[in-house]
Parts: sequence; C-alpha cells; structure tokens
Amino acid sequence: MFGNFLTTFDPAFLADLRRLEGEMDQLLGRSPYPAGIRAVPRGTFPPINIGATPERVDVYLFAAGVDPKSIDVSIQHNLLSVSGSRKVTVNTEAEYYRRERFDGEFRRAIALPDDVDPERVEAKYRDGVLQVTVQRRQPVRPRQVEVQ
Amino acid sequence: MTEGQEVTPAKSSAPQSKGRDQEFVLRPPVDIFEDADGIIVVAEMPGVSKNGLKVQADRNNLLIEGEVTIDMPAGMEAVYADVQSTRYMRSFALSGELETDSIDANLKDGVLTMRIPKRSEYRPRKVEVRTE
Repeated sequence: MFGNFLTTFDPAFLADLRRLEGEMDQLLGRSPYPAGIRAVPRGTFPPINIGATPERVDVYLFAAGVDPKSIDVSIQHNLLSVSGSRKVTVNTEAEYYRRERFDGEFRRAIALPDDVDPERVEAKYRDGVLQVTVQRRQPVRPRQVEVQ
Repeated sequence: MTEGQEVTPAKSSAPQSKGRDQEFVLRPPVDIFEDADGIIVVAEMPGVSKNGLKVQADRNNLLIEGEVTIDMPAGMEAVYADVQSTRYMRSFALSGELETDSIDANLKDGVLTMRIPKRSEYRPRKVEVRTE
C-alpha cells in the first residue's frame, strides 16, 4: 500500500530507510544464520537456500527467468561458484513505474561442508530455481557405542 | 493460464521444513510499465509452478499469490536461507480505465508476466490530419 508513495521520496530518504531496515534486521536478529566470510548483503541476486542431509547437500538459487545456458556452475573442493546473467529486456517505448528486477551478471560463491564430493554434482533448473546437488563422501551418521 | 479472475486455485501443500511457524510472506520484485495499450506487470516468483500460482483481479485490485514448491530430500535441514518463506504475495490497486476482465497472464521459469489492457475508449487514438 505505502509502497506507491515511497517512490515520490528522494533517494537520500530511501537510503536512510534501507539503513534503518538493516539495523532493524540486526536488532531483531532476523537471520538465524551466522554471516559467512563470503556472505553478501541481503537482497543480492539470486537469493540462496542451502539444505543438508547426511547423504547430500542441496543449494537452491532463486534465479527466475535465467537462460539455463548462461549459468556456469563450478566446484573446487568444497567451494561452489555459480555465475550467470539475467537480461531484462527494457521496453523503450513504455513508461516505467517500477523497476525492481535485477538485470545483469551475477556470481555467488558458496562454501559447502568439507565432506562433499566435488566429483558427484548435479544441477537442474526448474520454475526459476537452480538446484545444485552435491553428494557427501561419507554419510555422517551418529555411531552407536555399545557400553560394555 | 489466460483470463483475469481466478487463474488457478493455489495449492496449499508446500513441502518445506522451514517457515511453517512464521506467517510472513515474500514480496516478489516487480517491473511495471505502461504502453499505449495497457499496463504490464512482471513479477518474479522463483519456485512457483503454474499449479501454485493464483492471480486474482477485480475492478479495484490485483492480487498475486504463489506457493513455492521445491524438491527436497526427506530429513533435510536448513543450513542457510535467504528465502525464509514459501509464500509470495503482492497486491496493487487498479484504476478504472483498465479492463480487468481480460488480463493475460503467463508464467515461465518463475517469471509471471501480466498484461492488463486499457478499455478501448482510453487507448490513444491516432487522429488523421487531412490536408486540403
């Protein structure tokens, strides 16, 4: 609702608002995950989720409207990097009211757990989500110790 | 996936372990622009398939909702999450010159493109200038 008249404010005010938002995030501890050394600011394209099971690690990149051929996925040891580009075609005849969608090249580096096997990686793109599945070397299963 | 009004019923089954307890929704980024024939809304909703998408329009409002469905192995634990919800929602107030009955919507690779035509009487008409 209020988004509409926000666009009429000057950029300095919006920058203040963003900073405030960032501070709120910190105060509220909105992200329950510790910031990684390669972490990027909130709102960086594409957003990423990482999930793990004892057998595999899955990385989900929420990159809608990307040509799968433009995506480059590579892995070195446990460091996964994904790059690509997302082109948003701008209609020069039209009058734009909002341009929130990311346009350009992107690149993200993600440190995975140490036990991933870089030889066994699969990637698929569906409904705008790139899912990279990396198998782990040894399933980390809790070992039962028998009490003598 | 054409016509305005109720496009597809949204599915409420989202196989996601996170975000169950928190009821906050994702706000899809949009591009909105206008040409002579109407207004175009491009909304980004990665992870939403045709079945999980709901577009609703009446005279005054346009509501976009989407449910994220992604493949997850059983027992997966979240290690990191930028996306902390499985529901997208955003709405816009429409104005009277728009023909909300004939909105065209198209979803591809998580990008929803909607064209809301203007009523014909509001489209700019070329006026022929005759020379004597």
